[in-house]
Amino acid sequence: MPRTLAASIAVNRFGLGARPDEPEAATTDPKAWLAQQLTRASSFTLPSGGLPTTRSAAEALGSYLEDLKTKTDGKAGKMSPEAQEEAILKPLKELREILIAEIEARTLHGLTTEAGFAERLVLFWSNHFTVSANKAVTIPFAGVFEREVIRAGMTGTFADLLVASTRHPGMLLYLDQAQSMGPNSKAGKRRDKGLNENLAREILELQTLGAQGGYTQADVTEFAKALTGWSLAGGRTKLLVPGADPGDFIFVDRFHEPGTRTVMEKRYSADDEGQGEAILRDLANHPSTAQRVATKLARHFISDTPPASAVEALAKSFRTSGGRLPALHETLISLDEAWNPEAQKFKSPNEFFLSALRFTGLPKIERKAITAAYGLLGQVPWQAPSPEGWPDDAASWAGPDAVIKRVEWAQGLADRLGTKVRPESLARAALGPALSAATAQSIARAESASQGLTLALMSPEFQRR
Amino acid sequence: MTLPLMTRRAALMAGGALFLAGSAGALTLSRQAGDRKFVLVILRGALDGLAAVAPYGDAHYRAARGKLALSPPGEAGGVLPLTEGFGLHPDLAFLYAQWTSGELAIVPACASPYRERSHFDAQDVLETGAAEVFGASDGWLGRALTALPPELKREAVAISGSLPLVLRGSASATSWAPSFAPSASEDTLSRLMDLYAGDALLGPALASAIETNAIASASGMDGMDGKGRRNGPGAYKGLAEAAARLMSAEGGPAAAVLSFDGWDTHANQGAANGQLALRLAGLDAAMRALRDGLGAHWPNTVVAVVTEFGRTVAENGTGGTDHGTGSAAFLLGGAVSGGKFGGDWPGLAPKALFEGRDLAPANDIRSVFMAVLRDHWGLDRDTLGRTVFPDGTGVRPISGLIRT
Repeated sequence: MPRTLAASIAVNRFGLGARPDEPEAATTDPKAWLAQQLTRASSFTLPSGGLPTTRSAAEALGSYLEDLKTKTDGKAGKMSPEAQEEAILKPLKELREILIAEIEARTLHGLTTEAGFAERLVLFWSNHFTVSANKAVTIPFAGVFEREVIRAGMTGTFADLLVASTRHPGMLLYLDQAQSMGPNSKAGKRRDKGLNENLAREILELQTLGAQGGYTQADVTEFAKALTGWSLAGGRTKLLVPGADPGDFIFVDRFHEPGTRTVMEKRYSADDEGQGEAILRDLANHPSTAQRVATKLARHFISDTPPASAVEALAKSFRTSGGRLPALHETLISLDEAWNPEAQKFKSPNEFFLSALRFTGLPKIERKAITAAYGLLGQVPWQAPSPEGWPDDAASWAGPDAVIKRVEWAQGLADRLGTKVRPESLARAALGPALSAATAQSIARAESASQGLTLALMSPEFQRR
Repeated sequence: MTLPLMTRRAALMAGGALFLAGSAGALTLSRQAGDRKFVLVILRGALDGLAAVAPYGDAHYRAARGKLALSPPGEAGGVLPLTEGFGLHPDLAFLYAQWTSGELAIVPACASPYRERSHFDAQDVLETGAAEVFGASDGWLGRALTALPPELKREAVAISGSLPLVLRGSASATSWAPSFAPSASEDTLSRLMDLYAGDALLGPALASAIETNAIASASGMDGMDGKGRRNGPGAYKGLAEAAARLMSAEGGPAAAVLSFDGWDTHANQGAANGQLALRLAGLDAAMRALRDGLGAHWPNTVVAVVTEFGRTVAENGTGGTDHGTGSAAFLLGGAVSGGKFGGDWPGLAPKALFEGRDLAPANDIRSVFMAVLRDHWGLDRDTLGRTVFPDGTGVRPISGLIRT
């Protein structure tokens, strides 16, 4: 059955891109096909055989740190380059194997999943709650954070997702929360250690209210104090909470700053773990958070400068549903603005990569080719440069060098596939009525199937969604 | 203490007669802007300026910095002595050599007009050159290049996949990064150019990339591997080498932008050794590579090394520093009139700190950029204060930092 324009938009704009073997439902009733992915937990699940749990990731980190300590013995600075390679880089490389396995698993899943919209939502929220593996200690946790927090939270509320994210070792370590102590806490008074406001600030600025969301430096400090004590078990801290296993969230009372805290003009008296959680839940349900989440979601699926009407509809859905994610996501499907026949969004490198592989119908791709492609295209999973995550606009991704790197990669893929593909019919199947006459003609006139495939993948309509 | 680090007299001498005509058109033959290279290095994540340029002679320094304090010159791990009780971090040996040979100037307590503490908003203001967040959608360097008279060279390159905000707004800015893939077929590229004829985003981007690749290829850079792509202290040098090779090629760009990541030292920052020291050593190696790579162009080069804001004066609870306000900016190169500080020094007395915690922003970073654009490229005050830096008419360029 030929694709209608709506069917093309459903798989390409909302999903990860068309496959030649896309299920029939995607074409017969695109909106229903998208909606049915939202409430089933299985849509969001990644087959995780062989991948670490939070606990085994914590154990891997523990033995890495132990190994590093034994081998460097505090003398890393005085070692020869060869000795440094052996003592520092080799263990780090082993730790990175975990991340590479995660990258491979997510990519292969993206290549074949039939729930492409659900997967795109996972990528969106994973970016909203960025845990980047650009720190040694977060390397083993970045993937499992996405599986155990983001994927597991997609059928719940934003507030629950925020709390789960903040409690996870990946986030606690990425934003330096695990060692933060109240200056007047039992441990803080005894040692020369104290407050670290990084996590509190980024939650306010990036994950909830937004930089213009109306908080002050005093709110950051107060919130950071409320979060003191939020830590994870492992190494010596395991001894602080009897019975905790490595990687478990623990509340360390002796790190916690005593007293009532005031954040956004509200007082929080509960002087325990509940204090931080109460603040998180209020932040999650704040109108500024609804506005920020709505803006980001609309920017991601509709346009770099989304229409105010779409943002308002999403914000309203967030507010009235109490931040229920399936309701918010369903609102997105219902927006006319999201079905604009003109594709407005330039694909991110990751979206381009996955949609190109799906376009060819490849069943899988080997590990080395995966990591090389992400490196070349400039978006290695879980390597966002900062807690803000990856950018989400054409200006950030369509730089001259980035565009030519896409041509180089597309050409490499096309050369490998050689004459096995018929680019013109693939383009027709994937894009349907969105395929322009100019592109169809350019593909038809290509000097080889390989060049035709490169042109199809690099065509203006395939570069956008 | 407030040290007037540069006298009015010096300012008059530096900013003087050559530019009385006050317009870019007044450039003489001896100052072709095409030969006047400018490299902007953005340290993303917020450099702890007090770690790079330590005011070890300030009475409050040791108490305020605690374990982060560096030792005085001559002691183990001690700073490299500048003037007036200031010292460079011991891992900035090349920068120190530049200082002693008069090719490094330092503005010790700079900030953009932004006064909050978000990296992303601060980088936005640093790069747009506007007075507030989202004050402009393109960058000050892009607008400066556009404002140069048409007979002058105004190509610029960013060593990165995408164009940083600071360069947006210029039609002749491009981006380039080393590749480890076989280059694209020329025939395919020309067919794609046809296909992009009506595409305002992809057409100009690909055209620009093809042109830069031609320069890179003519300079023997085809074989460069992808090591420069991974940012971090080990990669800074490779990025700088790439910039130098592109700029010194025949027909190479007049300006380059480099971004070095990894300065957000919230935990275990270290002092003479440690994580920040590694980054400073990487920065130092990169600056040496720029000098070596630019070779004959170095005498006509200005490099500005800046960051989005500084960090707290005091150590935080985890051996690091949190987001602050004032930080140090560096100007180096053969065209810099160095071996001195520019701007004011607010001091570390508790009362002098911004909001009781940060080095005060005594100097507007735009006054440093304006100094380069006026004295190195000859842009006039009016263009600088209105077009290049919207709302910048009240900002005065710091004079005497550039050789004229």
